[in-house]
Amino acid sequence: MSLDLKSEKGVELGRQEFDWKDIAGRVPYSKLDADAFSRVRVILMNGIESEAIRFSHVLARGSDQGLRRALAEVRRKEHHQQTLVNWLNPADQSALETTIGYEQVAIEVTAHVAQHEPDPYLAQVYRFGLLEDFDHMYRYASLLDRVEGKDANAILQGYTDVQPGRPTVDEHRHPEDDLRRHYDRATAHPLSKLNALTLVGGEYQTHDYYMHVGPFFADPVARQLYAEIASIEEQHVTQYESLADPKESWLEKWLIHEATEVWNYWSCLQTEGDPRLKAVWERFLDYELGHLAAAKAEFQRLENRDPFEVLPATLPDPIKFESHRKFVRETLREIELRASGHDFVPAAQEPERSLQYRARVNASGSPSTIVAEGYAWTPGTELTAGEPSAAVH
Amino acid sequence: MADHDTKPTDLGKNRTGVQANPIMSKEMLDNEQAVPSNPRGATAIAMMRAEMSKEAPPVGTMPVPGNVKGMAKTAMKALQGEKATVFLDKLGERLAFERTGTRIYDAIIAKLPASSTGKDSFPSEELRRFRDEEHAHFLLCKQAMEQMGGDPTAVTPCADVTAVASEGLIKVVTDPRSTLTQCLDALLIAELTDNDGWKTLIAMAEALGQDDLAQKFTNALAEEDVHLQSIRSWLAERLEGQLGAKMPSTDFGEPAQPV
Repeated sequence: MSLDLKSEKGVELGRQEFDWKDIAGRVPYSKLDADAFSRVRVILMNGIESEAIRFSHVLARGSDQGLRRALAEVRRKEHHQQTLVNWLNPADQSALETTIGYEQVAIEVTAHVAQHEPDPYLAQVYRFGLLEDFDHMYRYASLLDRVEGKDANAILQGYTDVQPGRPTVDEHRHPEDDLRRHYDRATAHPLSKLNALTLVGGEYQTHDYYMHVGPFFADPVARQLYAEIASIEEQHVTQYESLADPKESWLEKWLIHEATEVWNYWSCLQTEGDPRLKAVWERFLDYELGHLAAAKAEFQRLENRDPFEVLPATLPDPIKFESHRKFVRETLREIELRASGHDFVPAAQEPERSLQYRARVNASGSPSTIVAEGYAWTPGTELTAGEPSAAVH
Repeated sequence: MADHDTKPTDLGKNRTGVQANPIMSKEMLDNEQAVPSNPRGATAIAMMRAEMSKEAPPVGTMPVPGNVKGMAKTAMKALQGEKATVFLDKLGERLAFERTGTRIYDAIIAKLPASSTGKDSFPSEELRRFRDEEHAHFLLCKQAMEQMGGDPTAVTPCADVTAVASEGLIKVVTDPRSTLTQCLDALLIAELTDNDGWKTLIAMAEALGQDDLAQKFTNALAEEDVHLQSIRSWLAERLEGQLGAKMPSTDFGEPAQPV
């Protein structure tokens, strides 16, 4: 199973059309009936598209008029694709329930990436990040039960564990300890580049989402928890974006962005069970192949090189959207690892700068500790395990 | 009628419960080793809430009357200081609720052509009349607010908090996927609150010697009583139809008596 980037042309830009009903008038997936991995795919692809748009804007700022025009044309399509995808989320899914979905994306996609990453150091980076997002799920699940009176498993559907990972309170690090060694553009496996950029897209949108919805919560613990975890997501974006080789040219990076979008839509297409969503993934796979063609043309025009010096002729195997419970549980053995510059070390060797930073930000208490104190996931709610007399007031 | 024949009560693919995925859900329960045990864990949340509630100022305050000269000629003159603002805050709440209530009716009326209204056609004319009465009640509140020297365009603190509480109602009735029965349930929440809101406002007006206002509000309450009883009965009829069985009549208590 592979996708040949040399022969697949996709849909040309001029034939990529939208109208408002097409973009925003579709019936969203059902929060109750849809498979959790349909929600995972919707959330992930929103993140992949938002990264495409973000990158395109930055590239345009330093580009000539010709490149700016090409970027603007592709970017408009990406924008409408992102809108259509994001508008598939239903209105009855609260911001906190959607947050559970975001963390399920982070856990299950990172777990897949970590297991299939050919570079052992990069795989270690992904396992390190995975244990942090795994802990975020536990904290948010507790918040959902204790503030909204709802069960996170109604969103997770049994695929993903709700247990502590590396405690969020311990995830706060000095910025220097968030930077990692980058892959080498000339020797890295193409999958390494796609993996890194996929997680940048996923984590960046998670950061932006928490920053956006956090202030809409009334509960003081919720407001502080979103602020705390958004800070870790900022660390994760710093970590994952530092994996890319700075010697890649900006047009090379554009090619990798488009290839990442193709790979992700193609992955969604392989496993989607909902025919309505499958049609979206298929259509946008074809659109992304059209965007890749536009990027290739600009690459040839400005760098006078064959795009396949950068791109693989065929895409690696697709992401498997499935439960990675066993792998995640095995990875929990690495909870005590901490970062020291680019490297991972036992907790006792963590640099003083990170210890000081952590002590400072946690000086007035830890929202992530407060929210989940004594919380154990129980089917339905933790209230089923307690007596009414255990009320806290 | 709708373009599909799926009903929310059909047996479908609902995957939210543990029984939908019993094997994986059981695996999730293998978490006792990983989770610390503290049966009073939520105490920490309660403590933070208490601490923050002590520190927090209110969501906002009452506006200063814009036209003090005009105000002096009004019934407001008879009221003193804080008493007036307490009344105006609640009047502002009713004003906002009636305004939003009108829009809630608009959203439900717009759903009727796509709704399953049963063998006997749904009393849509009555629903439209209720909507117009909500509109009239809004205008009554606006007039009362002006009469009292207040600004009917201002959002009072109680108006704000009640609007926050009502956000979910608007989400339900404007969602294309919600059924007419589900919308009537949302409307019932609104009308129950509205009914109590009017009773409270009448009592406050009487306590402040505003007999004219109290009488006008009482007339509004009489209409609200009809809304509440009708919605209860429409809901019961629809549920009986869906259930395929006659339900015994439920005692919801005495309707409000005009003062």
